[in-house]
Amino acid sequence: MRWIWIDAFTEFESKKRARAIKNVTLSEEHLHDHFPGYPVLPPSLMIEGMAQTAGILVGEACDFREKVLLAKIRRAKFTDYCVPGDQIAYDARIETIEEAASTIEGTVFRNDQEIGTISLMFSHADQATKNLNLPEHNFVFNGQFMDLLNDYRIRAGGK
Amino acid sequence: MALSRDEIFSRVKSVLIEALGVDDDEVNETATLSDDLGAESIDYLDIVFRLEKDFSIKIPRGELFPDDLLNNPEYVDSGKLTEVGLAKLTEAMPHADLSGFADDPDVSRMPDFFTVKTIVNYVELKLAA
Repeated sequence: MRWIWIDAFTEFESKKRARAIKNVTLSEEHLHDHFPGYPVLPPSLMIEGMAQTAGILVGEACDFREKVLLAKIRRAKFTDYCVPGDQIAYDARIETIEEAASTIEGTVFRNDQEIGTISLMFSHADQATKNLNLPEHNFVFNGQFMDLLNDYRIRAGGK
Repeated sequence: MALSRDEIFSRVKSVLIEALGVDDDEVNETATLSDDLGAESIDYLDIVFRLEKDFSIKIPRGELFPDDLLNNPEYVDSGKLTEVGLAKLTEAMPHADLSGFADDPDVSRMPDFFTVKTIVNYVELKLAA
């Protein structure tokens, strides 16, 4: 099972930008301990949410031929918390994309209010690590990851 | 108007502070990227991306940090650069001072020659071209 940290894409412009949302709920078990009596979504999981949004954006830009892996968190700044009941939106824009790597700039919104910026770097593993003998199959873009994009396309009328 | 060397250094310094999370006083011209500033392999590409954006220049991959030469068996023998390899590297890196490399051309010493000064020299040459 993949641990998916976005619920759905709401916008997707191929090779440019994408926006995905996540609804924070108290049924997420980790919130019971983070923190007891004061549930707050860990910012590290917002970084992961942005990485999944942007990773699929970059992967699609490469026609899913590459294994797109998060290589570096270049910057992550948050100005406020997200708690159960909030809806988070991750807006990711491709800044640079080339054979072996890409960078994205992202903005995090909580209920439409900007609460953070994230800059990430992805390694396109097949190009960047040719000597590592990675498995042939694309273990990044499978099952649930692809379903997220397929679901968006169905809802958007096959775009 | 052309940037002065001091201005180039100042902007390279900002790039390295952002890319590597180092303090202002750690970045001087002789600092090596790996040993002194803690750069990992992915950071080298990040630095290239940031330099391209900051200076509005295009940096062909392998031009600033031509480490791909070290994967060529013609240029490396038993972990040391061959004479041909050293000549090729010197030609490929006019922005670096490789004079100390000839005495002990062990490829593991290569990161020692990737200094802040190397980057400043490179950008200076690139902007003048």
